Amino acid sequence: MQVKSMHFKATSSMKLNDAVLQSAMKKAKGKFVDGRAAAVAEIEVWEDIRAHAAALRDRVIANLDAYLLEFEANATKRGAVVHWAESATEANDIIVKIARDNAVKLATKSKSMVSEEISLNDALEAAGVEVVETDLGEYILQLAKEPPSHIVAPAVHKSKEQVAELFVNAHHKPRLTDIPAMTLEAREVLRNKFLSADMGISGANFIIAETGTTLTVTNEGNADMVTTIPRVHVVVTGIEKVIPTLEDFATLIRLLPRSAIGQTISNYLTLTTGVKGQGDLDGPEQMHIVLIDAGRTKLVGRDMKEMLRCIRCGACMNHCPVYQNVGGHAYGWVYPGPMGSVLTPTYVGIENAGDLPNAATFCGECQVVCPVKIPLPDLMRKWRERQFEQKLRPWGERFAIGLWSAFATRPTLYAFSTKVAARVSAWWAGDKRRITWLPGLDGWTDGRDMPAPTGKTFRELYAARRSGGGRLS
Amino acid sequence: MSARENILQRIRAQSGRQGETNDAERAAAREHIAKHARSPLPSIAQGDPVTGFIAECARVKTSVEQVASLQAVPQAAARYLSENALQMHAVGWSALASLDWQGAGIDFEDRLANKDDLVGITDCFCAIGETGTLLLLSSPTTPKLHALLPETHICVVSRARIVTCMEDAFGLLRKERGELPRATFFVSGPSRTADIEQTIVIGAHGPYRVHVLLVP
Repeated sequence: MQVKSMHFKATSSMKLNDAVLQSAMKKAKGKFVDGRAAAVAEIEVWEDIRAHAAALRDRVIANLDAYLLEFEANATKRGAVVHWAESATEANDIIVKIARDNAVKLATKSKSMVSEEISLNDALEAAGVEVVETDLGEYILQLAKEPPSHIVAPAVHKSKEQVAELFVNAHHKPRLTDIPAMTLEAREVLRNKFLSADMGISGANFIIAETGTTLTVTNEGNADMVTTIPRVHVVVTGIEKVIPTLEDFATLIRLLPRSAIGQTISNYLTLTTGVKGQGDLDGPEQMHIVLIDAGRTKLVGRDMKEMLRCIRCGACMNHCPVYQNVGGHAYGWVYPGPMGSVLTPTYVGIENAGDLPNAATFCGECQVVCPVKIPLPDLMRKWRERQFEQKLRPWGERFAIGLWSAFATRPTLYAFSTKVAARVSAWWAGDKRRITWLPGLDGWTDGRDMPAPTGKTFRELYAARRSGGGRLS
Repeated sequence: MSARENILQRIRAQSGRQGETNDAERAAAREHIAKHARSPLPSIAQGDPVTGFIAECARVKTSVEQVASLQAVPQAAARYLSENALQMHAVGWSALASLDWQGAGIDFEDRLANKDDLVGITDCFCAIGETGTLLLLSSPTTPKLHALLPETHICVVSRARIVTCMEDAFGLLRKERGELPRATFFVSGPSRTADIEQTIVIGAHGPYRVHVLLVP
C-alpha cells in the first residue's frame, strides 16, 4: 500500500472537520469500548490469561526460526507448499505465478491486512486476475477504492448512506438504506463469486507449528467459502503469526474476540490443514502458504521486539483518544492507532512516518487494554528518542527538548527557573488567571486557554512544609 | 541464497545466534509443543458443560431443542422446519441418512451441498460448553459445505459429546483421531456481520439459522 503517513498532520485536520467521519467514530467508540469492558469483566482470570498469552508469544518470538521450521515441516507433510518472501514484491511475484500456473481468472479473498501491506490486489489485477474482497467491510472499500481505516472493522468510517451510493453504482439496483436489506444484496452478489472462483486467498490469524495449520477467525463465514470452494487456496501471512500448539490457539481466542469487539467467541474459527484428502468432496487441490518478512525480522531480538506479540485485535486503536478523533486513514498506511504508530515506522521507515509516534497523548490506555501486554507507549517513546537522536524532528522542537533537558538535568537551575516562570506566567495571565496566548505555542492556545500557576512552585511548597513540620503524607 | 535462508539467517543474527537452526533448538521447540501447556481457565469453562452449552448457545443465537433419542431427530427437525416455514427438503451427512426422514416428511439427500440447498443437516465431532460452539471435522462423509452454504443448519449434538472447553476438544481430537482433518471447523451461531455502521445483521454469507437437536 502506498505510504501517506508523512501527511498525518494535514490529513488529521481534514478528518477533524469531516462530519460523516466524526459521527461514525462516535458511534463506533461506544460499541467497541463498552463491549470490550463488559466481555472482559466476565473473565475473573483475565490478567492471568493475558500474562500467559504474552509469555507464549515471547517464547515463539525468541525462537522464531525453530517454530517456523516446525510449521513448515508439518504443513508440507499435509500437502501444502510453503513459500518464503522477504519483501512485498517477492510475495506478489509468488502469488501471481501461482495464479498464472493455474490459469486463474477469478480470485475471492477473505480480509487480510498483510495483503494490504503488499498491495496484492493491484499485483493480481495487473496480471489479469479479477480479485473480489468478500468481507462485507472490505467489499465496500473495494467498491469505494479506499484502504481500510481499521484492522478489524475496515469500513468503520463509512455511513450507510455512503454505502448505499456505492451499491447503487456497482449493483445497478434500487437504492436501499435498510442495513439488513443492503447486507442481503451484497450476499447475493458475493455468493456467485464464491461459487465460481478458481483461487481463494486468505490471511491467517495464526499459524500453528504443531500441526502445520493456518487459521482464520471471522463472523461472516466468508473465509470458510474462500478456503473451501476454489481449487487453489493461497494463505498470505507474516512470519510472526506462528504459535506452538492448539492449546495456545485456545488461549489466544479467549482474548481476541473479547478485546476486538466484546464477543465471547467469533462465529467461525476455521483451521485448515493441508489439501483435500482422498475421497474428500470439498476442499482445495492445492494449498500455498506465503510467509512474509517485509520488515518483521527488524524487530526480532531488538528493543521493540514486544511488538511482534501483536494479535491484531484493534483494542489499542479502539481505546486511543487520537484514533477516536481522526480515524484510521489519517495514519496513512495499513495499521492505524498505537500499534500502527510503532509498526509503520518500522516497516516503511521513520522518515516517512515521523508524526505517528508523536500522535499520542500517552494516556496509557492502549497498554492497559492490549491482550498481550505490549508496552505501546514505551515503544512509541523509543521512536521519539530515535527521532531526536537522528535529528529527524523539526529544529524548533529539538531545540526546545534540548533546552528543557538542559534545565531538567540541573536541579538548582530547574528550581530557580520554574520559580521565575511561575511568577512570570501568573503576571502574563492577568486577573483572569488564564493564559490565552503563548509566544511560539499559538497552535496549542488557539483551541484552549492554559490555567495560570497560582503562586509558589511545588518545590517551594514542599520545602515550606518540611521546615514547618507539616505532614508529608 | 534463497528468501527462506535469508529470513531464517536474519532471525538468528538478530537473536544473537550463530549458524543454522540446530537439532537441539528444533528438539527444544518440539519438547515445548509436546507439553500442550494450558492457560488458567475462566470459571465459565469449568462448570457443567451441558448447562453451559445451552446457555452460551442462547448468547450466540443458536437455538437448542432437547430430543429424547436419535430416532426422534427427524420428527423434531420436521417440526422445526415447518414452524419456521422452511423447506422440507434437506441435504445431510451420511451417518444420519439411515434415520426415518421419510416418515417425518423430510426429503433427505445424502450428497454434497450445492448453492440451491436451503437446509443442511449434520452432526458434530463434539461441542463446547464454554462458548456454545459446535466442532465439525471434514472427511469424505462429512463435507464442510453442508454447514456453510444452506440458509439453515441443523446439527445433532450428543450430550455425552459436550466438553467444557476448547482445550478438552483438542484433547479428544488427538485421542480419537490422532491428527487434524483438512478442515477443523468451529461454529458458534449463525453467520453475522456488523460492517455497516456496527449494526449486527444475521446471515452475512453463511447460514441464517443454526438449530441444535440435543440427544442423550
